Amino acid sequence: MTDVLLDLSVDEKSFLSHRVIDAIRFAVPGGEIVSLVGPSGCGKSTLLRIVAGLDTQYCGTVRIKGAPPQVHSPDVGLIFQEPRLMPWLTVAENIGFELGRLGDRHPRVKELLAEVGLAGFPDAYPKQLSGGMAQRTAIARGLLSRPALLLLDEPFSAVDAFTRMRLQDLILALAARHGTTLLLVTHDIAEAVYVSDRVIVMASEPGRVTGEVRIDLARPRERRHPQLAAWGAQVLTLLNGGTIDYLDLTDELAAQTPPGYPIATEHLAFAL
Amino acid sequence: MGHAEEQTIERFPAETTRVSRGGWTWGPHPGLARWLARWGGRRRAFVVPLGLLLVWEGVVAAGWVSAYLLPPPSEIGRTLLELAASGRLFEHVGVSTLRVLVGFSIGASLALIVGALVGLSRRAEDYLDPTLQALRAIPSLAWVPLLLLWLGIDEAPKITLIAIGAFFPVYLNFVAGIANVDRKLVEVGAIFGLTGFELIRRIFLPAALPNLFTGLRGGLSLAWMFLVAAELIAATRGLGYLLTDGRELGRADLVISAIIVLALLGKLSDGVLQWLERHSLVWRDGYDSRRA
Ligand SMILES: Nc1ncnc2c1ncn2[C@@H]1O[C@H](COP(=O)(O)OP(=O)(O)OP(=O)(O)O)[C@@H](O)[C@H]1O
Ligand SMILES: [Mg+2]
Repeated sequence: MTDVLLDLSVDEKSFLSHRVIDAIRFAVPGGEIVSLVGPSGCGKSTLLRIVAGLDTQYCGTVRIKGAPPQVHSPDVGLIFQEPRLMPWLTVAENIGFELGRLGDRHPRVKELLAEVGLAGFPDAYPKQLSGGMAQRTAIARGLLSRPALLLLDEPFSAVDAFTRMRLQDLILALAARHGTTLLLVTHDIAEAVYVSDRVIVMASEPGRVTGEVRIDLARPRERRHPQLAAWGAQVLTLLNGGTIDYLDLTDELAAQTPPGYPIATEHLAFAL
Repeated sequence: MGHAEEQTIERFPAETTRVSRGGWTWGPHPGLARWLARWGGRRRAFVVPLGLLLVWEGVVAAGWVSAYLLPPPSEIGRTLLELAASGRLFEHVGVSTLRVLVGFSIGASLALIVGALVGLSRRAEDYLDPTLQALRAIPSLAWVPLLLLWLGIDEAPKITLIAIGAFFPVYLNFVAGIANVDRKLVEVGAIFGLTGFELIRRIFLPAALPNLFTGLRGGLSLAWMFLVAAELIAATRGLGYLLTDGRELGRADLVISAIIVLALLGKLSDGVLQWLERHSLVWRDGYDSRRA
């Protein structure tokens, strides 16, 4: 039994009078890989910001290795939902940002450049990168210091399917090699079940946990493993509030939309 | 001719640009064509000034305007040459440039320090910004008598006036630049453990650099303006003095010469800053990145 690395219990988090998170509790043991999935706006990014110590205005207690969150803890790394590269630094300088002056010369930077497939672009400025290249630079920057707990906020949403698989395997390999604990936010159910030991499913208004699915499958995993698909279906059911017929919209469409009008999507019960 | 034409066509295949005028086909080297096109663009800038000079010379030569009030370009050129030959020109230019350099350096440095303070600290802003905004509203020339009273008629009041002129553009733009720094980038800095001076040096300064350059260039042009104001009123050397001297001697050619030299110096010093700006902001993703 490994020690609990992250013990999270956020009773309430509001922006002004808007309640964003309502009683979310879970614990993550060291070395575990956990995904958070949930509809847009359910507070996933907010939760990661709390763990990273960027947001301190909340009710509840969060403990990382027994200590409250703090910005810049050597134990916690965060890869943001957007690349957030410094536009005045080159790719290599951005990756080595944490090392300070001449950080781009560090051998780890060169290694990471190759690992995220940017070996040919160390001297490019962010304005010269595609969205996916920028995101890969940001991932490399987050991987540089090898924190014990790495928070990833939809890190692969801007890259193509093939690169995404490579990056998933890269993160898994690095996590296995260094015993890193991962807390990953994603909208991709296949990604969640392939990568994680556990998928936590959230619902919105207010953000809360509706259930979790354990993925008991040894690594390395086969992406086409039928069991993964079954777990994926389970996650989808949870996302849909427990019902299976998540794609049967006939009744809702008939009730909401008079013929000849555009479909009012905001009334549909699903949104991801 | 026909032979040469064939050769040209052979050497420059179909993809090169060809200018065809009445059956005469010419295919320049692509690099040469590009250079010509760019030079053509620059050359266009000279058309209007040269035309005006010609008209000016012609109007005076025809006697429509008295050469005493409006000396023709040729006479101004002669005056400039005489000034240069006697060494007086360089003395005036040197004195004025030095004043601008010193005054601008002092004003801009102060603006950097105060701007960083006000931009980064709410409390400093509350204390300092209203006062500075009020001081900014004072017309520049209103300072002159006071500065003369306080500091005498030596270099001190001139340098001070120039520093005041350079201060405000730099200050205002720098503060605006800091205020516009992306909160998300500051968060990245915080995540990587940057605080205090390091955060300023590695996030705020580079992010505010584009605005800072705008401020520096504005400050420098105001510094030249305030230099003339200072030298017009109390000076025995410098380009502003040359202006007064020309007026007192009734020599419009001297006045116009001084104006031309001032224009050249202003343009030259701005060019230096512009060059610096282009080279330190290559990363900027602006609409007008000239290298495109
Ligand atoms: N700085 C802020 N000020 C006010 N409201 C905010 C702020 N940040 C987030 N919110 C609100 O909090 C809620 C949750 O936002 P959050 O970014 O955590 O969602 P998310 O689950 O990450 O969504 P997505 O999947 O689209 O990224 C949203 O309703 C959003 O409007
Ligand atoms: Mg989010």
